[in-house]
Order: sequence, then structure tokens, then C-alpha cells
Amino acid sequence: MTRMTWITLTVMALLAVLPPVFFWTGNAFYLDLATRLTILAIAAVSLNLILGYGGLVSFGHAACLGLGAYAVGIPAHHWLYGGMDALATTNGFVQIGLAVAITALFALVTGAVCLRTRGVYFIMITMAFAQMVYYLIVSIEEYGGDDGLVIDTRSELPGFNLDDPLQLFALAYVSLVVVMLVVRTIVNSRFGMVLQGAKGNEERMVTLGFNVYLYRLVAYVISGAICGYAGALLGNFTTFISPEMMDWARSGELMFMVILGGAATTLGPVLGSAAFIVLEEFLGRLTIYWHLPFGLMLIGVVLFVRGGLMGLLRGGKE
Amino acid sequence: MNLNGFSRLAMVAAMMAAPAQLLAEDVKIGFVTTLTTGAAVIGNDMKNAVDLAMDHLGGMAGETRLEVIYGDDQFAPDAGKQVTDKLVKQDNVDFVAGYIWSHVLLASRKSVLDAGKFLISANAGPSQIAGKLCDPHFFSTSWQNDQTPMAMGEVLNRQGVQSLYIMAPNYAAGKDMAAGVERVFEGEIKGKDLTKWGADAQLDFSAELAKAKASGANGLFVFYPGAAGGAFIKQYHQAGLKDVLPLYSVFTVDGLSLPKLQEADFSGVLGSKTTNQWDPSLDNEANKKFVSDFKAKYGGYPSFYAAQSYDAIMLIASAVEAVGGDMSDPDAVQAALKSADFASVRGDFSFGSNNMPVQDFFLREVVVDADGTWTTKVVETVYEDHVDSYAAECKM
Amino acid sequence: MDLSLFVIQFLNGLQLGLLLFLVASGLTLVFGILDFVNLAHGALYMLGAFVCAWLTQVLGNFLLAVLLALPVTAVAGLLVERFIARPLYARDHLDHVLATFGLILVIDTLVHLVFGPEGIAVPLPDFLNGQIRLTETLVIPSFRLMIIGAGLAAAAGLYWMVTHTRLGMLIRAGASNRTMVSALGVDIERLFALVFALGAALAGLAGMLIAPITEASIGMGNNIIITAFVVIIVGGIGSMKGAFIAALMIGLIDTLGRSYLDDLFKLVMSQDAAETSAPAISAMLIYIIMAVVLALRPQGLFPPKAR
Repeated sequence: MTRMTWITLTVMALLAVLPPVFFWTGNAFYLDLATRLTILAIAAVSLNLILGYGGLVSFGHAACLGLGAYAVGIPAHHWLYGGMDALATTNGFVQIGLAVAITALFALVTGAVCLRTRGVYFIMITMAFAQMVYYLIVSIEEYGGDDGLVIDTRSELPGFNLDDPLQLFALAYVSLVVVMLVVRTIVNSRFGMVLQGAKGNEERMVTLGFNVYLYRLVAYVISGAICGYAGALLGNFTTFISPEMMDWARSGELMFMVILGGAATTLGPVLGSAAFIVLEEFLGRLTIYWHLPFGLMLIGVVLFVRGGLMGLLRGGKE
Repeated sequence: MNLNGFSRLAMVAAMMAAPAQLLAEDVKIGFVTTLTTGAAVIGNDMKNAVDLAMDHLGGMAGETRLEVIYGDDQFAPDAGKQVTDKLVKQDNVDFVAGYIWSHVLLASRKSVLDAGKFLISANAGPSQIAGKLCDPHFFSTSWQNDQTPMAMGEVLNRQGVQSLYIMAPNYAAGKDMAAGVERVFEGEIKGKDLTKWGADAQLDFSAELAKAKASGANGLFVFYPGAAGGAFIKQYHQAGLKDVLPLYSVFTVDGLSLPKLQEADFSGVLGSKTTNQWDPSLDNEANKKFVSDFKAKYGGYPSFYAAQSYDAIMLIASAVEAVGGDMSDPDAVQAALKSADFASVRGDFSFGSNNMPVQDFFLREVVVDADGTWTTKVVETVYEDHVDSYAAECKM
Repeated sequence: MDLSLFVIQFLNGLQLGLLLFLVASGLTLVFGILDFVNLAHGALYMLGAFVCAWLTQVLGNFLLAVLLALPVTAVAGLLVERFIARPLYARDHLDHVLATFGLILVIDTLVHLVFGPEGIAVPLPDFLNGQIRLTETLVIPSFRLMIIGAGLAAAAGLYWMVTHTRLGMLIRAGASNRTMVSALGVDIERLFALVFALGAALAGLAGMLIAPITEASIGMGNNIIITAFVVIIVGGIGSMKGAFIAALMIGLIDTLGRSYLDDLFKLVMSQDAAETSAPAISAMLIYIIMAVVLALRPQGLFPPKAR
């Protein structure tokens, strides 16, 4: 096994073992932190598929996260408070299925438009669509508008009790591992080769007879759907959802996680979200001015650390 | 070497043991407010009042040491809930107090109450928590959102104002405030605008002010708390509406916006009227001590946010003292809180059936005090022992 | 419809549009010539507002404060260019976005540390504090008219500079063909620094003009920066004309949306629902426009020729 494989296995093993240990030693809060981290890591892994491997810089990925969460919150809301009987349910399969379906559809429709543009236009149009979803949710009084929505009851899955923080973490962790494997398989497939090839040299792929647009669109939809799944988990975790989750700054944070950890690597997004969450938590405890060191670090990483944390771990060989 | 390592270990063990002993007796209060973004001006005022209350108490509630841990909600419900979770789960506080914003309180409520802790609002008073979502472990040292604007509606009726235009931020409290004035006001509502709120709130009200003026209303009711208040007042005067469309505001002209308006020499605000349940000029011992010590320590008048935060700490301290620092029996603590046996800065203080205060509301006017500082004074009492409109919906 | 109300709302929209143009023009210059995505452009707008507000309190004169604050923001722009932007010119846009995102956090927090969280109110001289009566029913605050005047003057000045000066010629050349300009032996580093400082001063000026209305407040730049990006994307990156037209269009749409959309919505939904959804939908309008423009013309409305 290569050094990288060892590192990956070690990090994933630590992520599996440490949080429950925290929980059993009376530090329930750190388990929560790990659950948040794991769920955001899923979102970051999904973003990495298009951003890292596909070179498609989406500045609106948080919209998928938020839509996924609302796909859990809205049915639960109707189940408790009536109205829209067709939607009202606490069945986890339905809710999560809805989350995946809606975000896939959202990614399909917006992707079809966005992918016609290039470069910074792509960055900005993805953000524009995310802002539209943001304001759409803000405008719906029934679901709390700007105030957000409290999810009073979590998704019900057979054999799982998501009210138990350990089981919720376990679900998130297993999901993360599966998603990492899925993305890895996609990337190493012929499909993934075309996607990566188009990032480096689009014209060559077109000349070779590939419909690059279609390949990218499929990747965009897969990425959106995975992120929607992460959103469904996030809704179950926080039990409170608000349009704030889809703010452009949140999309920026997801991008930062990918870059900080190392784009176009299997483990990078996980390391990135871990570093992000841990920094946010502990800098925030030291001072209310934690944005200052955080921002400086962000600038420093971009200026001086090529390839993110994975680049450092590799010893700068690439 | 070995001995050195051993003695170090012993020292560490001793250090860990010592605070653990203290911790067992300490009662911890988490205080959630806004310490970053422009709204931190409110949060800092509340924090100052809490620190002053702790000074006055000497950090003790009877024989029990009190400890306050602050949390920053960043003016956003999700961040507020996150910091509340941390206070409850990691710091293991006994009380969570504070909360400026209704939507932050609504988002955080479950985290506190499900963990069996006590939740004390020092400002936010969303209708839901006063009514259907009321809880024995929730108390407020402020008001229900609708009450202050209701008092203003009563003032409007007494003054014979015929028609009204309403402006408020588009969030839980803004909607409650509008509902409150609409419930009492007997004239015609000519129009209503709810503007974007939050860290990226709308602060230029040109379009809305033009609409309000064109509506032909006799009066303009607004609710713009914190930094937005000063900005609104200036634009209102810049638009020359003072004589055309008289302003009736709640929570907009206060101890926070007045110093800034005075610094900018904005004398148009003098004489403007607003309703509130508290005023620095209220004549009781607790208030005199609070206001004069606050001014001495921080160099300015406290706002109503500060007064309510001071009361929140005093309420908690009174309950902790009543149970002798023993937090093991929640029912005893609950009963002690409910009896509200403390000297409130607003004079008499008691809780209604839904644990919201039953209290007087005053009409206040902006005046210049003896030192030349701009402040408010009480003009008249609008409501006596007012009970909020949602108490009947509370089944507890 | 009430005509005089419409005229006032039109002027309000014009005022917003011109402020947007001041921010967007710098952004589109930096973007078009330097190919640098500067999210922190809004932070410079905020910086301008705070410096000017502070100087006004110290000096007691708003106009003097503006004159002094302009070079200060230009210097701030130079510093950002030298230490953040220049090392990143050769990198891709993603790096620009992330680094300047970090810079926003840094500048916001520094302003919080230096000036406190409460923001600063800016007193105006008496002659700007009143209203101007255009007709019997048409009354507009004089300061808002001044913003419109200053915005138009700045736009005219920029137009003159771009079309009639050597710097402007280089800017035009740079926007359409960067390599060519550097091949001609122009000191490209100095040109870049100049453009960046000019953009910062324009953004700062916008901040100074809005401060007497909304006060200087933390995070004010983050509200406007995204809208300014929408403006330059719709207008076409690097195009001054595009930025001007798009800024006015967006300013008018936003203001008129806030003015009339709720009345429109009340025709089809309940009053309460209309009051909540109208402000949000009118905020959404500009993004819808941007998406439509990009879907139909992926380079914006007025792309600079021959890139």
C-alpha cells in the first residue's frame, strides 16, 4: 500500500473511533462537532467531484445543502401542523429520496444553463441560482421565511433512531465512506477520465468525439444529488433550518474546505472540512475576533500552500 | 527526571481536582447575545449590564458562586442555536439567558428545554413562546413582542390619529410588532412594508419612505432596533417627513441610537415619543442604583436591553439563592423563578400564567438631561399591569 | 398610478443605480484588465465609508472628509494590490475568490476592532440636510440629489478618462488584449497598480456617499458586492458602458420592485403572504435577470471586443 493509502485509512479510522470515545467520556458536544464535520465533509466531497476533478467552480453548492435540509423539514412540518397531505411524512426514505430527487432536478435545470458559460461567468451564474433559491425560501411565510424552520421530529428510518447522537453520527460516517468510494469509482472510470480530461483540455476531448457538455452535466447532477443527501442529514442533525444555510458565504466555505484539504484528492475534502470546523470552533472560543486570524490563514493557504493539506502531507512531491 | 515527571503529574492532578470541586458548587449561566456584526452594539450593552449585575452581586447568589459564559449568535438563528448547543452540552450551564432576536430564540429554544435547563429571555418575546410553545422552564424579563406596539396603538387612539403606515423588518419580531399595533389601532392601516433583515439588512429606506408619504397616512409606525434605528431616523428627517407624517416608533429611538444621533448633532430626534416598559428615569431604588452605576462604569445611559439583562441576572440569582444553590430539584428552581422575588429595575415585577412579565407600559419622550446628554423620560403610563394577548393560548 | 410617486421612486432607483455603478466600475476595470476577481472590493467600499465618517467627526466637515478619504482608500487599494492581488495574477479565479474572501473577513474584523461594532453616523452640512421641492408634490432630499449628481459626474469623468487620456487608451487596450499592451513596453505593473487604486477610490467614494444615509456599518460591503458582480456580469466584464447601463437597470428594477411588487402580488395572493414574499421576490429579480442574460448571451450584454 502506498503512503497516501495509509494516511487515508488512518484519518478515516480516527474519525470513526474518536467521536464515540468523546461521547462515552462525557464530551457529547465533541461528538456533535464530529457529526457536523462528517456531514459537511460529504458536501465537500460532492463539490470536489465537479470543482476538483471537473474544474467547474460552483459558487452555489450551499443551495443543494439547503434544499436537501428543507426536503426533510417541510414534510415533517406538514406532518405535525397539517396542510399539504401529499407531502406530510416523517418517513426517512421518502424525505431523503425527496432531498436527492429535488437537488438532482435543481442541478439538472440550473446545470443545463450554467454549463453554457465559462470561467468566472460560471462562478457567478451558479451563485445567482443559489441566491434565487435563498430568496425563494425567504419568501415562503409558511416555512418561516427568514426566521427558519424548527424540525420538531427527525426522519424515521427502520433500525435507526436518529435522535440518538451516536446513531446519527454512525449514519453520517457510513454515508461519508460510501460517498467517498462512489466518487473515487466515478473518477477512475472512463466517465471520470473524460471529465478530468476536459478540465485540462476541453478542445481535445471534443475533438476525440466526446460530448463534454453532457459529461459535465451528468457530473453536476450527481454532485448536486449527493450534496442534497448531505443536506438531509444536516437537517436531521441541526433540527433547525434557515435560508442562511444557502447564503453565498456558505458556498464559499464549502469551496474553502475543498481547497484547504486539497482539490482532486480522495481525502482532501474530509481533511479540509475537519480543519475548518475545528478552527472555527476553537478560534471562536479564544476571541470574538476569530475572523481575523481565520481570514489571514485563508489568504495564507491560497498564497503559499499549493495543493492544500494533502499537498503538505505528500511532502510537496506534486 | 522521574521524580520531576511525577511531581508534575501530581501538580496537574491537583490543578484538575481543584476546579472540579469548585465546579460542583458553581451555578453557570450561559448568556447568548450578538457580539459581532453591527448588532454587537446591542450585545455589548447587554454584556455590560450583566457584568454590572455580577459586580452588584459580588459574583454570588447567597452562598453560591455564579459564573457567566457568553455566547455570540452572530445575528443569525443557526449560529445562535449552535452556540446554545455548546453552552448546554459542553459548558453544562444551568441557565441559558439573553437572546436579542426572536428568530434566534425560536431556533435555540428546543436545545435548552430538551436538556432540562432553564431559558430566560432578556429581550426576545416571540408570540409563539408566549402562547402555544410556552414552557414551565421558560421565563422572560422583557415583554411579549406585541405589547409595546399595542401600547403605542393605544397612544395613537388617544391622540386621535386616523390612519397609519407601518414599516418593520421582515422577521419574527417585526411581524409581531406590526400585529401588535394593528390589533389595538382603531384607524385605517394605509400600507405596510416588511424589509430585509439580518446581517445584510436593508438600510436604505428611500423607496418605502416615498410610499409611506404617498399613502396619505396621518402617522408612520416603525420598529427598527439597533443600528438600523439611527439610520432610519436620519432618513426620515432627511426626507422632510417630520411635519407631514409624524413618527411613532418602538425600540428604535433608545439608549443606543441616541448617543450616536447626538454625536452627529441630529437634533430632529428631540421630542420624539416611544413606548416601553422601562425608562432610566423610573423612580425606584433598584433602578437608581442601576442607572447611576451603569453611567459611572460605562459613561452613558443604559438601554432597555441593558435593563432587561440586569433583571435577568438578578432573577436567576434570586432563584439560586432561594434554593441554596441546589440545582438538583428543577421544580424548586422553577417555583423560585416564578415567585420573581427580586428588586426589578422597573419596580413591581411578577410573572403571568405563561411566565411573561405582567407590567406597566409608559410613553416616553426624548429630552436633554441636566448634563446635556440626550435621554428619555416618562410622559405618562399607557397600560397598567398589562397581560399579553397570547397568555390564553398557553396550556401549562 | 400616482405619477409623482413614480418619479420619486425613479429618482431613488437612479440614485441606487449610480452608487452601484461607482462600485461596479472599479470592479469591472480590475476584472477586465487585471483578470482578477476581487470579492474584497466591497470591503474597500466599507473602508471608504468608515474613514470618511471618522474624518467627518474629527474635522466637522463632510466634504473635506470626502476629499481626504479618497486618497486613503486609493492607498488601501494599492496595498491590497501589492500584497494580495499581485502574487495571484497568474493563478486561476478560484484562488482569487478564496483569498479575497479571506480578505473580507480580515477587513471586517479590523474595522470592528478599530471603530467598534456600532458604526458611525455622518452629520451633513445644513445645505445638504434639507429637501428640494421640484413641484408641489415632488419633494426629494437634497443629499439624494447630490448623490445622483456626484454619480453622474464620476461617470462622465470616467468616460472622458477612458476615451481621451493615455491611461484610458491603455485601459481600453488592456481590456481587449492584455498581452499586446505589455508587449508594447508599457510598465504593466504600474498600470495594474494604478487601475486597482482607481477602482478602490471609486468604491470608497460610493461608500462615502451612502454613509450619511445608512451610516457606516460593518458588513455593508458584503451587501453591495454581490449586486455589483451581477451588474458587471450582466453588462459584460471589462465594459464601462455595460457596467453603467446594467447598474442603472438593476438599481431601477430593485427600487421599483420594492415599491410596486407587493401591490401587484396582492392581486393574486393574500395580503399577509404578499407582504412577506414581495420583498424577497424583488430581491430575487436581479438574479433572475442575470441568469436570463447569461443564458441568452453568455458574455453579458456588452462584451468588450476581441478578447
